Amino acid sequence: MITVPWRNKRIVHELDLPLVSDCQITEDVSLPCASEEAEVANVPLLSLQGITKRFPGVMANNAIDLDLKHGEVHAILGENGAGKSTLMKIIYGYYQPDAGTILMNGKEVKLRSPQDSIRSGVGMVFQNFTLVPAMTVVENVALFWPDQGMVLNHKTLSARIQEVSDRYALEVDPSARVGSLTMGQRQKVELIKLIIANARLLICDEPTSVLAPHEVEGLFKVFDELKADGYAILFITHKLREVMATADRITVLRHGAVVGTVSPKETTTAELVTMMIGNALPQAIRTEDYRDEWGETEPALEFSNVTTDPADQGVNLKQISFDVRPGEILGVAGVSGNGQEKIGEVLLGLHRKQSGSVKLNGHDIEGWTVSAILNAGVGYIPEDAIGMALVPDMRVEENMVLGEIHSFANQNVFLDWGAIRERIDASFSAFPMTMPEPGLEVGTLSGGNMQRVVLNRELTRDPRVLVAYYPTRGLDVNTAEITRALLLKAREAGSATVLISEDLDELFAISDRLMVMHRGEVVGHSRPADTSAHQVGMLMTGHLD
Amino acid sequence: MTQHILPSPMPWFNSGGVLPVLARNIGLILVAIALFGLFLALMGRDVLDAYSKVYNGTLGSKSGLGEIGVRMIPFVLAGLATALPARVGLINVGGEGQLHFGAWLATGVALYASGGPLFITIPFMVLAGFVGGSAWAGVAMLLRYWRNVNEVISTLLLNFVAILLVNVFVFGPWKNPDGFGYPYTANFSPSAILPAIGGTRFHWGFVLPVIAVFVLYFVFAKTRWGYNIRAIGGNPDAAQRRGIPVGRYLLVAMLAGGGIAGVAGMVEVAGVQHHLRPEISNNLGFLGFLASWLARHNPLAIIGAGFLLALVVVGGDLLQFSADVPSGASNILIALILFMVLGFGHRAVTSR
Repeated sequence: MITVPWRNKRIVHELDLPLVSDCQITEDVSLPCASEEAEVANVPLLSLQGITKRFPGVMANNAIDLDLKHGEVHAILGENGAGKSTLMKIIYGYYQPDAGTILMNGKEVKLRSPQDSIRSGVGMVFQNFTLVPAMTVVENVALFWPDQGMVLNHKTLSARIQEVSDRYALEVDPSARVGSLTMGQRQKVELIKLIIANARLLICDEPTSVLAPHEVEGLFKVFDELKADGYAILFITHKLREVMATADRITVLRHGAVVGTVSPKETTTAELVTMMIGNALPQAIRTEDYRDEWGETEPALEFSNVTTDPADQGVNLKQISFDVRPGEILGVAGVSGNGQEKIGEVLLGLHRKQSGSVKLNGHDIEGWTVSAILNAGVGYIPEDAIGMALVPDMRVEENMVLGEIHSFANQNVFLDWGAIRERIDASFSAFPMTMPEPGLEVGTLSGGNMQRVVLNRELTRDPRVLVAYYPTRGLDVNTAEITRALLLKAREAGSATVLISEDLDELFAISDRLMVMHRGEVVGHSRPADTSAHQVGMLMTGHLD
Repeated sequence: MTQHILPSPMPWFNSGGVLPVLARNIGLILVAIALFGLFLALMGRDVLDAYSKVYNGTLGSKSGLGEIGVRMIPFVLAGLATALPARVGLINVGGEGQLHFGAWLATGVALYASGGPLFITIPFMVLAGFVGGSAWAGVAMLLRYWRNVNEVISTLLLNFVAILLVNVFVFGPWKNPDGFGYPYTANFSPSAILPAIGGTRFHWGFVLPVIAVFVLYFVFAKTRWGYNIRAIGGNPDAAQRRGIPVGRYLLVAMLAGGGIAGVAGMVEVAGVQHHLRPEISNNLGFLGFLASWLARHNPLAIIGAGFLLALVVVGGDLLQFSADVPSGASNILIALILFMVLGFGHRAVTSR
């Protein structure tokens, strides 16, 4: 007789295939099979103790403690970069922690690879699913099925899928081709796959981001069913409403550390926002001299009712209007992926707008080439240094003159390395942060060093209009501070800056005005002094009232 | 951090050592030749005898060397025709078609405008070949801009159109009336023929790939265009965001690549065939494609790859007689070499 101790007895006979033994699977990682007592004794299914993970320049996870009980939905809440994904990847065996222990059912385990984690009962539903669209549900599940023989037993597996599907009201047809299923159904296939592979801890990485509203409800019902059978669900998100609706407990991460673990019954959305983004106004670099009296000064950059085609990929701009004057920093707050990235692309003319206009120093730039726009004094620090700003196979010095090589060519043809090196020496030595060696290939640099190259290139051009996406992302605290000081210096020199950031501390510290974006719209506009981080946080997360 | 698998623009030269990489690849080619010898032995042939006959017929004699040289000329040109677009991220599988179209236009000059002296007619034929190949590549680029057709598909399929178009002419209006019904054009007049050198079939057309190799090498290494080409090939998104006119570079690279393939076609008719006929190319365009990938799109290395392919093709022809193996056998050797070099030749370059 095969026992599945960690599951509710009720389903043992219904679900288990004669071939599969859970004890067999768990042996390799020395997991206790007799965890039934453990469950009774209320030992957590998963317990993280002091998990710490450093990356160059960042403390991704700092002494994280977390308990996950049998039969609970546990939400992990935090801003981008709070350390959620690193923590999940540690549990899933992608990363090894630098310090700390992981206990499963009270026994210490070492998860050296995702295979280890899968064997010890951890399953992960990725944001972008790992299914083969051309194959049927059965075939997809078979790909993940640990104990199959040489020949795929279609009938048995099909029956098993049907059982699981019926049990949890998943309504998945085993013979359907995955490519023909909706996103919601695919997600259910992922869940079935994990359940059949004997996962008992399901990590769902922002599971609702791909779902239509009615599918979200369905998913939460499935969560409830799974919970009743003793499955534990780790639910990663930054959507507060969903957390309040489904989670049994909520752990909030901020800057890689646990801020606290609360139950939704004992907390409010407002309290969670405060936990996520911090309480008081940060120690501002300056608070007094917000400029709001402009008199005759013309805006250096002006967006009027800019709308992009709603059919285009991603979140599109809806009637965006703003202006920035010389010597002003406009802070754009918003959870990334709410249309901010389109502002820079529309400005450079890389993304067509459907209506509205963009003016640079009073000129409508419709139809201008990218280089004409850059030559008009636009500096641009994109959100992804290595993907959008740098050529990884080229050296630092080569990347420094990207797009400007004609200024460093003799007779407008032959590369003048002397002039290039002179330019780089000048801009590197005057720059207040340590720069990487000019001769190194950019692809070999750390993320922080790549960002330094981009910052140096864009800021030493003395831009009249600067669009900066997350300029301090990936930088250590000190360098980030220097970067903010540089942005303020550019402001003093009369540059008009659009600062797009998720870091409210940063936005409040150096912006003259704040603008909040949500789903492609401007949902708030204010001087930093007239609002609070809390209020901006509510607007960013879609709480418009 | 993202893992970047794009080949370095000049891997053979900026990896710190040309010689280790060269030695490694020569070793791999010898392994491929040894494996092919095993194959011959399994077929019951005398391997040493076969290989020594191949040596005498290729590297070991003047006529053999001439034969290799004759094959190398179009291989190198067709290789460059792939390499230049590849540097900006375009895959030109249309060398074959561009070559045919270039040969067709050059033949037009030879048939109808070769009254002048050689030093005037030949440059005009080179120009005609270039324009023809360029125009044929341009069709693919038009499809790309107007209808968003992937250039891999369009250049590949346009090959067949160009080949059949040549057939229309050699079976039709351009057929030699004195040719006993064979689908050949009339033989070119002496002023439209590239003169042979030293009693072999090797001819003065070799000047063209030499010029092309060095011009491209120089452009890639020393000029701002080469710099921008590297930037576009390395990260088109970043290049575009920094104001480099990416679209214009793609267009020019493709047109110039097609033009070089067209010149290969001109060289083939003016240097070897001396008339236009069906199947002038014998897969030159595709072998050039292989040469470019073997050389990782490096112009200087394409000389080496072109030499290697010429050696294998000429040697394969000889094997047919000396070891009595089918003509397809040399394809097996080419495949073995490709697997070896593409599969293992890169490691010395990427490990840093």
